Amino acid sequence: MIRLDHVDKTYRTRRGDPVHALDDITLDVGENEFVTLVGPSGCGKSTLLKLVAGLTPATGGAISIRGQAVREPFPDVGFVFQQPVLLPWRSVFDNVLFSVEMLGLDPRQYRKQAGDLLELTGLGGFETKYPRELSGGMQQRVAICRALLPDPSLLLMDEPFGALDAMTREEMSLELLRIWEERRKTILFVTHSIPEAILLADRVVVMTPRPGRIARVLPVELPRPRTMDLEFDPRFKTASDEVRRLIFAPRMATR
Amino acid sequence: MMRRRIVAEYVVPALTLVAALALWEAATYAFKIPRFIMPAPSAILGEGWEWRYRFIHHTWVTLYETLGGFALSIAVGVPLAVLIVYSPALRSALYPLIVLTQSVPKIAIAPVLLLVVGHGEFPKVIVAFLVAFFPVVVDTATGLAATPPELLDLSRSYRASAFKTFLKVRLPMALPFVFAGAKVAITLSVIGAVVGEFVGSDAGLGYVILSATSYWKTELAFSSMILLSVMAILLFGAVSLVERFTCPWLAPAGEE
Ligand SMILES: Nc1ncnc2c1ncn2[C@@H]1O[C@H](COP(=O)(O)OP(=O)(O)OP(=O)(O)O)[C@@H](O)[C@H]1O
Ligand SMILES: [Mg+2]
Repeated sequence: MIRLDHVDKTYRTRRGDPVHALDDITLDVGENEFVTLVGPSGCGKSTLLKLVAGLTPATGGAISIRGQAVREPFPDVGFVFQQPVLLPWRSVFDNVLFSVEMLGLDPRQYRKQAGDLLELTGLGGFETKYPRELSGGMQQRVAICRALLPDPSLLLMDEPFGALDAMTREEMSLELLRIWEERRKTILFVTHSIPEAILLADRVVVMTPRPGRIARVLPVELPRPRTMDLEFDPRFKTASDEVRRLIFAPRMATR
Repeated sequence: MMRRRIVAEYVVPALTLVAALALWEAATYAFKIPRFIMPAPSAILGEGWEWRYRFIHHTWVTLYETLGGFALSIAVGVPLAVLIVYSPALRSALYPLIVLTQSVPKIAIAPVLLLVVGHGEFPKVIVAFLVAFFPVVVDTATGLAATPPELLDLSRSYRASAFKTFLKVRLPMALPFVFAGAKVAITLSVIGAVVGEFVGSDAGLGYVILSATSYWKTELAFSSMILLSVMAILLFGAVSLVERFTCPWLAPAGEE
């Protein structure tokens, strides 16, 4: 569904010196596949997501979604940013409706689903609150509801659970898996957490920094539906050791 | 808790004011200060009461000029800010001009303006507008330019048009800035109206001050000044009130 072909991204900073964020990225993501991206800070994970979203142009290579070259944002794509990015003047409920409004859909037809999503993410009863009255984790959940509301077939999620505590994080991960299994979508998911990357994914993309490169794409051979108990599965341990080794090996080598 | 706050916010300042007035009253008698130099509060109040019917007219004139100048400053300032933010070409064309209008002292423009536009209230409205519109333009432009890039990315990811993004993201985001500018503008409008009246007029609180001082009627000048500051405070309060209703998300929440 998504194809990245030798993609390169170099940012020009204001002072004019270039930052080589991504180098020669080639990746294919299949229809309805759940792919996670892990890697240390600054390895270009957010950049990769923004390229696929059409929010910033690549400086080399080609990106396409369903065979169409990405030059600008596509319809039917949801983006969850690393920060919640809510509108401070809108209530929680109206923030969730913002996505369908901006897409030109009739928000009145989505009111019930918006309420259901808020309920599902543990935000029932907070509908009329303003974002600044919520904790960081709650704000991020509002952003997730907003992205899910139009039911996009491709979801790009940039550390959506980064601001959540460990317990809510596990709950939300399983909830996301449930939604994904129910409504079949393609998800590209960035995370810092190796267990989370493995628990969610069909394939884990391990990245290394300076410049951002794909070190390895690891298929995860764990049965679905997945539960937290899988963390005790020996295959889980093998996979996470492998990811850890890929991330830390280059650092050890340069030492 | 509530009672402590009322005491701190209202009772203490009120008592201080009363004490200051009493001291002032006593001083004018004790040191026999001539009334045309420093009239006692009671004399100011008395003179003001004498003039109460005539003051209605003069207050109305100044209020009209102030509100006219203020309304113009918003009606011109906000669209101007939008143009400046959206068009780099217009920004480089307009900004120097706007700054230029600010570098000329308004008191210097006023006589020329009155010469050109003639007498009556309209030229004072123009002076008030010229004094007041600058902070509206600058603050609104700052607010519009301060939209977080992530919000613009979000809007772009939904393929929303530039106009929709302006209406649903940038303008509401800039609203607190617009109000910050409007609060400065309303006080400046009062000053502008009075400056206009000083230069040449036959009505308004500024006119009353000017003519009262030329007849040594200091009590009258003082009561006119008091009316003027009460008016400025009330207008400022009115703008703050509108802000509270238009931007309820800014009110401190859950801290009562
Ligand atoms: N708009 C930009 N302009 C210039 N450089 C940028 C910009 N955005 C990112 N970069 C640079 O590109 C590199 C990759 O950034 P990116 O945000 O993609 O990393 P990341 O993997 O998402 O990191 P993190 O895990 O900390 O979020 C960094 O070196 C960063 O400084
Ligand atoms: Mg990032």
